[in-house]
Amino acid sequence: MNALLAVPLAVPLMGAAISIVFRTLAVQRIVSFFALAASLGAAIAIVVDVVVDDQIAVTRFGGWPAPVAITLVADRLSALLLVVAVTMVSLVLVFAIGQRAADERSPFYHPVYLVLCAGIAQAFLAGDLFNLFVAFELLLMASYVLLTLEGTDSQIRSGTTYVVLNVVESTILLTAIGLVFAATGTVSMADLPARLAELPDGVRSGLNLLLLVAFGIKAAVFPLFFWLPDAYPTAPSSVTAVFAGLLTKVGVYAMLRTETLLFPGGHSTLLLWIAGLTMVVGVLGAISHSEMKRILSFHIVSQIGYMVMGIGLGGEAAIAATVFYLLHHIPVKTSLFLVQGIIERDTGTTSFSAVGGLARRSGPLAVLFLLPALSLAGLPPFSGFLAKYGLVRAGLDLQSYVVVVAALAASLLTLVSMTKIWTGLFWGDIHPAADAARPGVLRRAPLMASATVVLVVGTLAIAAFAGPLYSYCVGAGRQLVDPSVYIEAVLGS
Amino acid sequence: MSLSLVVLIAVLFGTGTYLLLHRTLTRIVLGVAMLANGLNVLIIAAGARQGEPPLVGRSDTTDSVPQALVLTAIVIGFAVTAFLLALAWRSWTIDGNDAVEDDVEDRRIARADAAEVERRDVRHHEDVDL
Repeated sequence: MNALLAVPLAVPLMGAAISIVFRTLAVQRIVSFFALAASLGAAIAIVVDVVVDDQIAVTRFGGWPAPVAITLVADRLSALLLVVAVTMVSLVLVFAIGQRAADERSPFYHPVYLVLCAGIAQAFLAGDLFNLFVAFELLLMASYVLLTLEGTDSQIRSGTTYVVLNVVESTILLTAIGLVFAATGTVSMADLPARLAELPDGVRSGLNLLLLVAFGIKAAVFPLFFWLPDAYPTAPSSVTAVFAGLLTKVGVYAMLRTETLLFPGGHSTLLLWIAGLTMVVGVLGAISHSEMKRILSFHIVSQIGYMVMGIGLGGEAAIAATVFYLLHHIPVKTSLFLVQGIIERDTGTTSFSAVGGLARRSGPLAVLFLLPALSLAGLPPFSGFLAKYGLVRAGLDLQSYVVVVAALAASLLTLVSMTKIWTGLFWGDIHPAADAARPGVLRRAPLMASATVVLVVGTLAIAAFAGPLYSYCVGAGRQLVDPSVYIEAVLGS
Repeated sequence: MSLSLVVLIAVLFGTGTYLLLHRTLTRIVLGVAMLANGLNVLIIAAGARQGEPPLVGRSDTTDSVPQALVLTAIVIGFAVTAFLLALAWRSWTIDGNDAVEDDVEDRRIARADAAEVERRDVRHHEDVDL
């Protein structure tokens, strides 16, 4: 038994239990720090374990044999996402502490935040469908609380939409899991592929579709995305940053896992259509808005389209590009929301009508926005270019020209809407009302600024070390495309 | 699986979905509770094989996995319902009713759009007059 895999799940939960008892802010911060540090250490150790031995790490609880025990599984994809996720969660916590916002001072913020972290880790490590469902519920419950922590009118309004939508999603997911169990008699992801393959085609695709709808709502793909741009902008910036970076990506991860392991069909025209429409509709929504947080929220939807495109294309190259896209997208998206948080801290809003001329006021902040913004749009030499290049290349190789055209068009429109933020907030005249607060001066919020700087430098590092990282992703793609590797590692041969 | 259970599942899912489509939060809460219960019955009805109680020495015992799943699902459903009730109560203390409102920003953009169309129409009419 490999106890390492349990750490990113168990330690934050224990931390949450401790910090809900000791409600002093200082104690809670220290507990959170140590819990996240332990998780990060364990996550890095798991990556090293997975890479050095070139194997899939498996933990079976309670010493039961393979399909019966609750298993945690870490292949290259899970391990990578785990490291990225825990890093994001830690940096955003530093940011939130520096923000001195009301929500971080609530006695419930730290425990709930740690539960969120545990839920995300469990989702990436879950070795059976029901465990995945429990992980989803864990992180959803935490996200409900974080989203409505201040209890203001707008938070309650958008929180309600978010909660109800996710309850529907959970219902569909659990229905799917119940039916999968009824059809096959197991929920273990290693046991399922063989048993699902024996089912009649109609039953198989029905189950597949139910799971896709559930994960599609979670990942906010077209036409199930409308809850996202509604709910995310009302939360405090630090909370939105974590949600934007990680929660939808948990849905993408689940989709990637089911489509490669449980229903390995390779090329899927349905998913490609969904991907193309998600990209284009998301980016059009972004262009129509004139407030930074809303534009960024619509971009989450648009970007999800690229990852679904990789899943839809299938094959080792496309899956590898999807994994790299996940690796690039999570830090870039999070850092854009952190920049938004820095602006909002001083001005109270990032609407174009109330803020302007920030570049003149604070050059470094403008740079902090520009680097991830260009990366998101996919300009070379940033990580976004490499990620998109990988996907477009795979699309051309498989002759899926329509989705490639959609991807390139969406990319161009992304650049347009980033330019819109740039001209709206950073260029132009200094807005007299907002300027009284001297917005964007980084020196006054050292913790927020340093968390953002570390993240932006991280995104540049992904581009700089793209060679070794991409070959890691190719390894992940190879593991995903061949389900027998996963099955053998979990069940034992 | 008996027909009565199937009908029960269908009724619970149907009513639950219908209630979810309302704007009043209390109805949504009731809908969620119905859906959750329909789901529990579904898993038990579809997943559980009829057998003997799982005691030592019996051979043909009931599969305990669906029951474990449903037990977890009940706890989760309870937590979610409690949270939704808290939201409904908070919404009621803020503005005296528990209907879910439109998004303010969405309405603003819709209004701006309508105003834009109107302006364009007016300009068009002026051109015709000239």
